[in-house]
Amino acid sequence: MATNERRAAIVGVGQTDFGALYASKDATRNAHGLAAEALRAALADAGLDKSELDGLVTSWVDYGRMATVLGIPSPRVVYDLQGAGRMSGMAVLQAAALVEAGAADTIALVYGNNGRSVKMRYGGTAASPIAAYDTMYGMTSAGAELAMMYRRYQHEFGIPDGALAPIAVTNRRNAARNPVAVMRSEITEADYLGSRYIAEPLRLLDYCIINDGGVALIITTHERARQLRKRPVTIAASATRGDLWNFYASRDYFYAACDDVAQRVYAKSGLGPADMDCVQIYDNFTPTVLFSIEGFGYAKQGEGWEWIKDGRISTEGERPVNTAGGHTGESYMQGWAHHVEAVRQIRGEGGERQVANCDTAHYICASPIVSSHVLVGE
Amino acid sequence: MDVDALVKIMPPVTDANRPFWEGTLAGELRLQVCDCCGLARYPEAPVCPRCLAEQATWTAASGRARLWSWIVMHQKYIAAFADEIPYLVAFVQLDEGPFMYSAIVDPPAELRCDMPLEVVFETLSAERAIPKFRVAQ
Repeated sequence: MATNERRAAIVGVGQTDFGALYASKDATRNAHGLAAEALRAALADAGLDKSELDGLVTSWVDYGRMATVLGIPSPRVVYDLQGAGRMSGMAVLQAAALVEAGAADTIALVYGNNGRSVKMRYGGTAASPIAAYDTMYGMTSAGAELAMMYRRYQHEFGIPDGALAPIAVTNRRNAARNPVAVMRSEITEADYLGSRYIAEPLRLLDYCIINDGGVALIITTHERARQLRKRPVTIAASATRGDLWNFYASRDYFYAACDDVAQRVYAKSGLGPADMDCVQIYDNFTPTVLFSIEGFGYAKQGEGWEWIKDGRISTEGERPVNTAGGHTGESYMQGWAHHVEAVRQIRGEGGERQVANCDTAHYICASPIVSSHVLVGE
Repeated sequence: MDVDALVKIMPPVTDANRPFWEGTLAGELRLQVCDCCGLARYPEAPVCPRCLAEQATWTAASGRARLWSWIVMHQKYIAAFADEIPYLVAFVQLDEGPFMYSAIVDPPAELRCDMPLEVVFETLSAERAIPKFRVAQ
């Protein structure tokens, strides 16, 4: 258990302009450069000098080149994590634990992704001989895996077509109020229902927006956070749990893993769903939002689609979700930008999309590694 | 279907999986069954995921399965399937336990989750065949 002074807090957040990056593809765009731009913004946001960083955690980009580009040659903690969406939550959990353990005092977490410009597809013919057992049937991509889960979930719980529409519509409404979002126009339920199928039953408007971009977070001790200019956002609880087998698709929609993580973050933080002023949910595809709110006890299993209706998840609603527009409105940044938004909401920096009196934020990622944190403003 | 393109993206036959692929040519869906605890696994793996034993015997499965879920793919991701769009991909659970992605041959107008299925083999070339499923007779 960390002493009060060493409790981990997020003190700096930064990101690139996702909408501007989406407007053009540039094959020479450099992932390390995008990450560096985000870190520059996060340092300015925190009011920290680069020399104060003694840890560097990267995802999507490798730590060696990143440390060289950033001129951080001798960090006490340094490693990279796979460029997968499940790793943003893992990075925060680990950095917080390392700060609390005293392995480093101030860790920069940086993410840079030029996948859209270099035509990276999160699906296609895989190199792994085991994945070839799936691709030989035309099966590929996490979206198709989610579609497979969602069809079964619809069958098991009697969920009608169109049940995901409020998620897509709310994300786009929030994105329209986010100056750096890719999608600045709102959509209607009819737009959603009219969008073409990609992996039926999922439609284009259920899908995240692949984009280039960079995101950075700076995590330090509570003691140091109190000396900085912005409101400290402490990581009151963080936990993860695998749901790993041969496939991305989970037979219980990640429910058991989510439930375990939920019990632990609620117990450690002393907070529960009714205490969360906003919820930032990893939404690679819209069904993940339902699996998350059910797995974390916001709604009973099979009832999430009714829970999200009628404005409950809007910024003015009882439980605002993905206030920056999420992966289907703001940009697919593999959960990293969700963390930025959680911090901004707690600081009251949400602009037009600010949730009133926001002191707590809950991050949830339901995926083959479920992760979650409870963030609390001082 | 571009059969040559499909064969190119199939798992290469190796010492580790040869009995499986020979089984597809012989009309058998062969699975590794752990000599120690009896668990069947698919696809091939170096040890049993339950007891970690290496020793396993390739055994013909019943070929019976049930349909856990399915999708219809409308997007072109894989060149070999470009002419097939939209095409169906099934996620099936074999009676012996393992799950696998597969295809459904001559699917009825209405599919439903948990439908009983049985394996069929489609010969692609003299060397390769692929297991698929049809609704059980």
